[in-house]
Amino acid sequence: MAYNKRDMSLFNASSCHGNGVFTSPVEWRSIESHIVCFFFFLIKSEMSSMNRKIIHTLAESISKQVDHFSKTEVECLIREFNLLLGEPVSTGRTVSGLDKERFRSILHNNFGLTDDMIMDLVFRTFDKDNDSFVSVKEWIEGLSIFLRGTLEEKIKYCFQVYDLNGDHYISREEMFHMLKNSLIRQPTEEDPDEGIKDLVEITLKRMDHDHDGRLSFADFEKAVKDENLLLEAFGTCLPDIMSADAFELRVFQEPAEL
Amino acid sequence: MGVSLTKAAQWTTGGKLEFTSMNETLLREILSFVEELGSRHPQEAEQVLKEPLRWSTTLTASDFKTDYDISDSGVQSHEKDAEGRPLLQLCPPTVNVRSFGQLCKLVHLAADKKLDELRACLEENRDAMVQMFGNGLEKEDNQTDVPRLVKEEEDEVKVKLFHLVQNLDELLIKKLLKEITETVELDCATVNNDVESLKELCRDGEKPALESIRFTSDYEFSNGCRAPLWRQVHGEICYLVVEPCDTETLYITCSNTAVFLNAGIKQEVEESGYERTSDTYKDLLTLLKSRSPHFAEHMNKQKIKAGEFDEMNEKGQEKESYRQREKNVNEKTRKHHVPRKRSAEKKYEPCPRWKNLGLMSPCGKAEEKKPKSSGLEKVQGSGARSRMKAEFSLSSLPGRLSSQKIKTPAGAMELSSESSSESEEEEEQSERRLESNTDLPPEYWQIQKLVKYLKGGDQTATVLTLCAMLDFNLMQETCQLAIRDVGGLEVLINLLDTDEVKCKIGSLKILRKISHNVQIRQAIVDLGGLQSIVKILDSPVKDLKALAAETIASVTRFRRARRTVRQYGGIKKLVSLLHCVPNLASLTAHQQKDVEVARCGALALWSCSKSTKNKEAIRKAGGVPLLGRLLKSPHENMLIPVVGTLQECASEESYRTAIQKEGMIKDLVKNLSSDNEELQMHCANALFKCAADKQTRDLVRNYKGLQPLVSLLAKVNNKQLLAAATGAIWKCSISVENVAEFQKYNVLESLVDLLTDQPEGVLVNVVGALGEFAQIPASKTTIRKCGGIKPLVDLLNGTNQALLVNVTKTVGACATDQDNMAIIDQLDGVRLVWSLLKNPSSDVQSSAAWALCPCIENAKDAGEMVRSLVGGLELIVNLLKSTNKEVLASICAAIAKIAKDKENLAVLTDHGVVPLLAKLTNTTDDMLRRHLAEAVGHCCMWGSNRASFGEAGAVAPLVRYLKSKDHRVHQSTAMALYQLSKDPNNCITMHEKGVVKVEEQEDMPVNHNNRSCICFCLTLKLTKL
Repeated sequence: MAYNKRDMSLFNASSCHGNGVFTSPVEWRSIESHIVCFFFFLIKSEMSSMNRKIIHTLAESISKQVDHFSKTEVECLIREFNLLLGEPVSTGRTVSGLDKERFRSILHNNFGLTDDMIMDLVFRTFDKDNDSFVSVKEWIEGLSIFLRGTLEEKIKYCFQVYDLNGDHYISREEMFHMLKNSLIRQPTEEDPDEGIKDLVEITLKRMDHDHDGRLSFADFEKAVKDENLLLEAFGTCLPDIMSADAFELRVFQEPAEL
Repeated sequence: MGVSLTKAAQWTTGGKLEFTSMNETLLREILSFVEELGSRHPQEAEQVLKEPLRWSTTLTASDFKTDYDISDSGVQSHEKDAEGRPLLQLCPPTVNVRSFGQLCKLVHLAADKKLDELRACLEENRDAMVQMFGNGLEKEDNQTDVPRLVKEEEDEVKVKLFHLVQNLDELLIKKLLKEITETVELDCATVNNDVESLKELCRDGEKPALESIRFTSDYEFSNGCRAPLWRQVHGEICYLVVEPCDTETLYITCSNTAVFLNAGIKQEVEESGYERTSDTYKDLLTLLKSRSPHFAEHMNKQKIKAGEFDEMNEKGQEKESYRQREKNVNEKTRKHHVPRKRSAEKKYEPCPRWKNLGLMSPCGKAEEKKPKSSGLEKVQGSGARSRMKAEFSLSSLPGRLSSQKIKTPAGAMELSSESSSESEEEEEQSERRLESNTDLPPEYWQIQKLVKYLKGGDQTATVLTLCAMLDFNLMQETCQLAIRDVGGLEVLINLLDTDEVKCKIGSLKILRKISHNVQIRQAIVDLGGLQSIVKILDSPVKDLKALAAETIASVTRFRRARRTVRQYGGIKKLVSLLHCVPNLASLTAHQQKDVEVARCGALALWSCSKSTKNKEAIRKAGGVPLLGRLLKSPHENMLIPVVGTLQECASEESYRTAIQKEGMIKDLVKNLSSDNEELQMHCANALFKCAADKQTRDLVRNYKGLQPLVSLLAKVNNKQLLAAATGAIWKCSISVENVAEFQKYNVLESLVDLLTDQPEGVLVNVVGALGEFAQIPASKTTIRKCGGIKPLVDLLNGTNQALLVNVTKTVGACATDQDNMAIIDQLDGVRLVWSLLKNPSSDVQSSAAWALCPCIENAKDAGEMVRSLVGGLELIVNLLKSTNKEVLASICAAIAKIAKDKENLAVLTDHGVVPLLAKLTNTTDDMLRRHLAEAVGHCCMWGSNRASFGEAGAVAPLVRYLKSKDHRVHQSTAMALYQLSKDPNNCITMHEKGVVKVEEQEDMPVNHNNRSCICFCLTLKLTKL
């Protein structure tokens, strides 16, 4: 029974992402429309005072919902987002955010992530509404944890990343999938995967505190709190301190030039 | 032949039979069997073996005679088997033998080389049984196989032969076991029995055999041992303190191989003193008999009783021996060569956590093997477990002895408080590897596997593997050495040079723990790991910095490591870690991390500061003010390393001044009142070293530090703290104001109480403090009234030189009081002090000589007392040949006092005191001049000594003394010249050397007395001329 409860809490946590950001769907709409307006604007006039104003209001509304950034920092991040978005794709509807490819290259260039699979997983985690684009709001919320998250937030984030099928458990198979390229295969061995299988078993035994053969969020949380090194147990999905600092320095220090 | 060969014989790793007496016996038995088989059982001897026995022989064709076909290529026997193959075939150097008969002949031919031939045969035919009789008989101990064989092959002869061989096998084992049981050893039960019986003897009426016997520890482990676990590894069972009636207290170690004296383990938890200081004895009784004649005599007298005692023991042993017999066989089924024994079993228990995890894969197999092959063993008690064959243990003894010395308990932080830490260096040792042919613990295989993953894993796999490794009990030596032996250390150190923060963190977390092992520390330094760790100190990641500093703290416990840190600029980096704001009430997460980093930095500096050059480097890097700032921290875990570093560094003058100037005395005094005894100890130690300076002493008083120091004297159980506190009191009491302050807290009474039953470290300081107090007359009376004289005089019997220096000084100070002197005299204290003149240390000599002065001065019948000391005067005169100025000065002073008694002066003169004194007169040392002149002055009073001094040329140099700037020299010189001038020749010399001129030019404030003396001598001189 206790099991289900934990399950629920995890579900709640992941759906509203920590801080209970959304109070109603209506608000979300309004923000979306803001963004759309803002993009239209961008295309038409270059940097007008109007534009600044829009960024300003957008930043104001977002910064209220994000813990770790100040209003000015949010503004900077919005600008960075626009910059990264670059020219909207051709005609028709304007794009509502960064697509997978673009996001990957950002992760790779700015934060030194290398593993394609993990980067896709990170994209999936950033993209909360599953529309295959990371919107400006998702971008800032994601970065808030990515750059400045507390341990608890990061644990939640990493767990989401590693939970490939979204069933709130990291199973043996998921682990194997994520680790399958992490060891040099010895061709001499009968089963080249033996090492990885063994590594999965070792890790599972270490982290699976309730002995049900898979990692629940509680298992993962406890294991990470015991040994912080296990936070990114199944692949690097957070920036290292150096590149995070470099990114912050670049984005926040630069005066608005747009 | 099967069991005995595979299991009882001792094989080397290369599959050779070791040259041990056991194997020798075994070979001889087999040889005689083979030789007799031909004659006794000819039919069986002709039985063709299933497979030929094949080995490379040293025999050549020429060794063979008739009955053989000798050709160029080799030798064949005439006899052939059913298929026409010769029963013996030699193709040098290989020989094939197909029957026992041929084997017998061959052995006969080999003559004096037969043992070697047999040895080669056995070595190259490890499965001799199978070769002889085929697989059907593999399990030769299984009797049911024989009928099956009979049924199958219907070959009586073969079965007969089989039985013969099996009989031999049994015979061999019995024989070997007999040999083993002869060299029976000790185990917990035996030791306990012995001790119980001896305790009985202690209570035995008016004349007990022993005063007392006790264990150092009341706690008994489940295996019956009382030694701490890390000593049990060496096979030690328990430690005893035995007080015999006639000799000094014996500290005994009982190990499972022998009983011997140790360097003095008094309490349960001791860091040192485990080394063997005597020969080994086979049991407790033997040791006691040889050490205590009284005990031996007692045992002989009560033969009946002793007989009973032995009988009782024997009974116990008999019971054990049967079990042991089985045990030995079983033991051998597991290990061919076992250097570790019970302790090994103890050690190799898999870490329980892994057990729970069920991570057993390859190692699980190893685990299973044990119970299978040693089913019997399980039934036996732990008593039997500890028994092993003496020969085994002997072969491993050298290794064990050396490891005894090197062992520090893994994990026990031994950051010692002792001041001159350079002396307590851990020696660098040769490597000790887990021996490859012993049973390796399951951890070994698990770790080996993990290291394999480390080598072949990407970052993620590496981190996971490192985490898995962290789950082992890394404080366990087995794991530590396993990591090294499988090459894990190299990988871990390599990881430090990568860019991966997480890998570095994981690696350091492991290194931090395993570096508690001496050998690992050395290996890390040898592999250049320390450089990498020092480099990491520059990392922007705070966790990394902290971990690196912590690792450095644990690695730098030996000199070479400390030097390496310094040479790679580590000291500067460590000092820069100290920048933080330690004393804010509320810290942000970032600041907290800074504080943690600083704490680790301080830990590392503490460890590094045990080298003098590092102390200097720390100061140059600007570490002192930073340490001063950290000293204001409210956290004990920060204060301890900081004060630890300071007290370590305070051995340097520059630090003492800095500590005073930076205002650290106040904080040190404040922390004296901390709740943490370790912190108190370090503070007291720091004050101990700093208070040699007068200003510091005044500061301690002004900051009200004297009272907390006195209150520390109550902590009689913490000897280190006590030593530090008494040390600080000693140095502080050099200031008279402090003594007055101290007296308000009745410190003398407390100090006198501490004169008995304390370790030397405390005694030195207590006595030193008393010596300072005794400079004040009131204190002397107090010491006497508290009964302090007797323990002081008792301490004169000691051997610790530092202690003796202080004791003699204090006794001397006390002797300036008449009443005290009476007690000292009564206790024969003067004789004791006098005998210390024989001490090899010049410090003790001079201190004793100084102490003699007041003794002689204040003794009632001083002359008689001195004369009663046979050979004493000769001893003193001989010391005038010393090269040490302090000794010479003190001896001169003593001679001056002794010479006041005419009879003694005569003896001194006989011993040639005059030329010796005259020889010394050329000195320029004012201290020596003063006492020398005094001695000369007093020695003039006998016979023709005045003239002798003149002849020996002592007068002219003495005149020059008047040019000295020290007026005390003038005073005694004037005295001497006055005496010398009573001889006319001396007067002439004086005049020639210009005594008058010297006197007239003298514008020093010479006191009136001097002037009058010299005037007197001048007048005398003038009248005579």
